[in-house]
Amino acid sequence: MTRNIHPLLIAGTALVFMFLVGPLIIVLGAALSDTTYLTFPPQGLSLRWFENIFAIDAFRRTILTSLQIALLSTTIALIIGIPAAYALNRHRIQLPGWLSTLFILPVLVPELVLGFSLLKNVAVQFNSPIYLSLLFGHALIVLPYVVRVISASLASFDFSIEEAAISLGSPPLKTFFTVLLPNVRSGVIAAFILAFITSINDVSISIFLTGPGLSTLPIQLLAHMEQFFDPTVASVSVLLMILTVAVMAVVERTLGLTFLAK
Amino acid sequence: MTHSLTLDSISAHYGTTKVLEDLSLAVGEGELVSLLGASGCGKTTTLRLVAGFLQPTSGTITLGGRDLTRLPPHQRDIGLVFQNYALFPHLSVADNVGFGLKQRGISGEAKTKRVTAMLERVGLAHLADRLPGALSGGQKQRVALARALVIEPPLLMFDEPLSNLDAKLRIDMRVEIRQLQRANGTTSVYVTHDQEEAFSISDRVAIMHAGRIMQLDTPERLYQRPANAFVARFVGFENLIPMTVVERDGAKITAEMAGGVRLTLGLEQFGDIPDRFILACRADGLQVTDNAAMEGIPATLGLRTYLGRAYQYQAETPAGPLIANGPLTRPLEPGVAAKLVPVPEQCTILSPE
Repeated sequence: MTRNIHPLLIAGTALVFMFLVGPLIIVLGAALSDTTYLTFPPQGLSLRWFENIFAIDAFRRTILTSLQIALLSTTIALIIGIPAAYALNRHRIQLPGWLSTLFILPVLVPELVLGFSLLKNVAVQFNSPIYLSLLFGHALIVLPYVVRVISASLASFDFSIEEAAISLGSPPLKTFFTVLLPNVRSGVIAAFILAFITSINDVSISIFLTGPGLSTLPIQLLAHMEQFFDPTVASVSVLLMILTVAVMAVVERTLGLTFLAK
Repeated sequence: MTHSLTLDSISAHYGTTKVLEDLSLAVGEGELVSLLGASGCGKTTTLRLVAGFLQPTSGTITLGGRDLTRLPPHQRDIGLVFQNYALFPHLSVADNVGFGLKQRGISGEAKTKRVTAMLERVGLAHLADRLPGALSGGQKQRVALARALVIEPPLLMFDEPLSNLDAKLRIDMRVEIRQLQRANGTTSVYVTHDQEEAFSISDRVAIMHAGRIMQLDTPERLYQRPANAFVARFVGFENLIPMTVVERDGAKITAEMAGGVRLTLGLEQFGDIPDRFILACRADGLQVTDNAAMEGIPATLGLRTYLGRAYQYQAETPAGPLIANGPLTRPLEPGVAAKLVPVPEQCTILSPE
């Protein structure tokens, strides 16, 4: 069987594809350039700008901070978000409708406003340590993703399964871990990835909540760009891409990517 | 120790809605009692109260002398079979069935043995390693049944277990459920809205309406001797005719209905008849005849429908519209004047409310 595909469809697809992939290729090219300034196509091939990331102390420290903050804030968001999503779905009928909206508010408020108010009303007001404020801010902005994604996967969960387990003698809390969680596992992993990536990439909250001696990678990147115009920026971006692709690859290997589309 | 279930004046209110009103019910050891009624009648609420997923406002629930009323659901030791099967999607068939045993600290070979024996009884031993997603509806319900039975609970409860199956499978499954329940002698409560299902599977049936039990009796008695107008309508007495006795003559009475129509009824066939009563007749209980000499309710026939075993007529009578059946050998046209003759076997006497 032959299928006729309209030439415009092919052209349109190619355009979208270029739009999606083009910037990535440019960044990759620029990162490999042997020049001391950002340029594309690359002139000469070199890994020196990758080496440069690790040569600069600030980059080394902020990479670690970013990974730590992303991991910890995502964990906090999961610890709060999973029970919240569970309660919102399990007792949907009894709970007021606005309650689920409450958990989406952090993404509805412009992040700059959120960052500033966190700085003014939490960090300054309580004179809390910078690290804690930053962690709190990140946990707050990734929480909506966690609640949303896990709610979506709980929406198709039949709660009589939980009742079946309880009737068979499994206490409610144990049932939560042995029956409910395994069945929303893909949702939890998807939420983890989304939250992790959101935290790693965040600029607007972090710009207010970082301070002397503590910065995240995107903030360090901004600071670096203000002074230098070398391809280090591009090579850091490539590193971030590699990290993301690696996470995706692990997920693909273990679960298949299709669940992310669910 | 006997495993009888007793509900003693249970009321359940949610906010201002009264779901159950002063409901009492006793299910004997090894007995299967169905709760039958339309949605919203309180049958599922009753089941969930016994399971412990809901709390009654007042009243007590005891099972084999053990007070369940305030016991958390996971300590009640009740086997539940759900309408949508509620199998654990992430566990194999064998692990689904073994789940309750594991909670009871039974593991290793003892567990495997009991799971295998149970799966053999429901004919699914060859599917032990499958995940529930790979099973048909009937197979899923068998796994659910095995999972509830294997823990040998003192009480088994079914919540519309067959409503998601097709008609033929439903009949096969209900026979199977009844056989397993009989063989184990497990006290059982069975919730359904399907009258045929309830009558065929139960020792006794509780017909429920608006949070109350209207009548609790054997299927035979419910079908032949409903206690009130609600149950009579429920089991298919289409015609309820209020009447007043005008004359008593030994074994016979003469009674009058609206429109001045008089009928003679034999006490031998109907039992005691109070002075005011309701004559309840199925459509089969009012035979249509165009023989004007017969004693019966004069009627003008309306729409005729074909039932296969008889013709059914919508009839206008002095006592109001009635539904009556006539023989296939003699179809009558709309507008014909006829008599509706009560057939005692298909009629019963109710007290007026």
